[in-house]
Amino acid sequence: MAEHRLKPLCPLGGTSPARASIGPVTLTEVVDVALASVSARLGRTAEVAASAAAAGIPLPGPGRFEARAPFAAFWLSPESWMVEAPFATHEDSRAALLPVFGDAASITEQTDAWVRIDVTGEGLPALFERLCNVDLATAPEGAATRTILEHMGVYVVKRGAAQVSVIGARSSAAALWHALETAAHSVF
Amino acid sequence: MIINHPILGPRDSQEFVYLGDAALIDRPDGLAEGALDTFHDYLYLRDNPAGLHRELWYHEQGDRSWLVVTRNTLTHEITQVELARDVARARGRSK
Repeated sequence: MAEHRLKPLCPLGGTSPARASIGPVTLTEVVDVALASVSARLGRTAEVAASAAAAGIPLPGPGRFEARAPFAAFWLSPESWMVEAPFATHEDSRAALLPVFGDAASITEQTDAWVRIDVTGEGLPALFERLCNVDLATAPEGAATRTILEHMGVYVVKRGAAQVSVIGARSSAAALWHALETAAHSVF
Repeated sequence: MIINHPILGPRDSQEFVYLGDAALIDRPDGLAEGALDTFHDYLYLRDNPAGLHRELWYHEQGDRSWLVVTRNTLTHEITQVELARDVARARGRSK
């Protein structure tokens, strides 16, 4: 096999994950999570649920996120989930899930399609009410939804009271970062 | 306008795209006798009621589900929202 001397880059283009602190809020580009989407095939939802339970993979209900080690998942659409796993051990996310679900689900590697920016700190509801339709103040912990943020479709996952992940298309990573940064500067 | 999504609850209409009359679910059989005429009607003829109207909406910036929304065209009041796949299955369409 040919030897490749290629330098891996982060979604935002840096050689290390971007990070910025604005007032009480910190934006962090998260690159150590592998993603795969799992969609149950027609009429095989029960089979998928049983396989996931046996393998310890959470498949939360609509609008929810659930974490268990090493897998975490959030709901995408009916009978469809995005499964997260540590990049270091599950880089080939589809291969890791294929033995669990077999042909009962369609599994697609998603890691390189997305950029994940974690927003941590106090005052997140004030920031996100300027950005999107999600009401973070009333959303329970573990709420996950897709919505619009500055005309971009993103997933917003509330991992805790002071930690929210924004997962958007990698092709518009810089625009998403700019939107979050600008809004944070205007709030704090 | 708020659409009360049957799975996700109330969502802003900004996240949705409108397709048209829910009768589009009843696509005619292209191989049947007189398919040309039925397809002409299917494509071009629409009811335009002043009152309750069943229409297709797509939750494009959400979970990407298709919905059948019953909306009053006079008041814009939305009285019923169903998943389009449930409606189609109830009519014997799809699987």
